Amino acid sequence: MSQKERMSMIVFSGTVDKLLPVGILAAGAVAMGQEVQIFLTMWGIMALKKGALNSLPMSKEFEHMGPMMMQIMQEKKVPSWLDTLRTAKELGDVKVYACGMTMDLFGLKLEDLEDVVDGIAGVGEFIDYAKEGKITLFV
Amino acid sequence: MQEVFIVADKTIDARGSFCPGPMMELIRAVKAAAVGETIAVLSTDSGSKRDIPLWAQKAGQEFVGITPCDGYDEVVVKKIK
Repeated sequence: MSQKERMSMIVFSGTVDKLLPVGILAAGAVAMGQEVQIFLTMWGIMALKKGALNSLPMSKEFEHMGPMMMQIMQEKKVPSWLDTLRTAKELGDVKVYACGMTMDLFGLKLEDLEDVVDGIAGVGEFIDYAKEGKITLFV
Repeated sequence: MQEVFIVADKTIDARGSFCPGPMMELIRAVKAAAVGETIAVLSTDSGSKRDIPLWAQKAGQEFVGITPCDGYDEVVVKKIK
C-alpha cells in the first residue's frame, strides 16, 4: 500500500513553551510533504479547551523565563502555537485527535475543545496510524 | 548559492515573521499562483534559505535562487506544475 510519509505526535504537555514547537513541527512536516497526526492526551487536551490559549503556563523548570519569553513573543509578533497549527492544517493534511480516555476522565466533550480538534480517538487507533510512519514524537 | 536578478511576478514581504512563517506564506502563494509564475519571499528568518529550497524539491517546484539583501534574503521560486 503506497501512502504519504507521515509524522505522528503524542502531545501530553500543556505548557506554552512545549506547544509552540508542536505547531512549528506540524507546519514544517506539512511543508515537507508529510501528513501529520497529533494525538492529544492529558494536559495537551486541557491546553486546547476553548479559551485556554491565553492562560497557558510555562514549564515549571523554565518558569522564571516566562515573563521574558512572553514579552519577546509579543514584541516580535510570534504567532501563537494554535495559529501555527491552523496554518499547518490549512496547507496540508493535519489531523488532531483527543484521547478518549482523558476526555472521559475530565468529563469533556468534543465541543469543549477548539475547532482544530478533528475528533476523539483511542490509543489503538493512534498506534495503528503511527506504525506506518518514520517520525513519532512525544511532547 | 547563486544570486538572481529577476523580477518576480509576486513578492511576499515576510520580513519579521519567524520560522516557518515565510515558508508557509510562500507555499500559500504558490498554491494560489498560476503555473509559470515566479514568486519571491522576503525573509529575515535564517531557516528560510535552507528550508525553502528543500520544500521546492519535495513539492516538485523550481527553486530559482536566493539574493542576500541588506538584513534579509529574497528567495525566489517558480511554479512549474
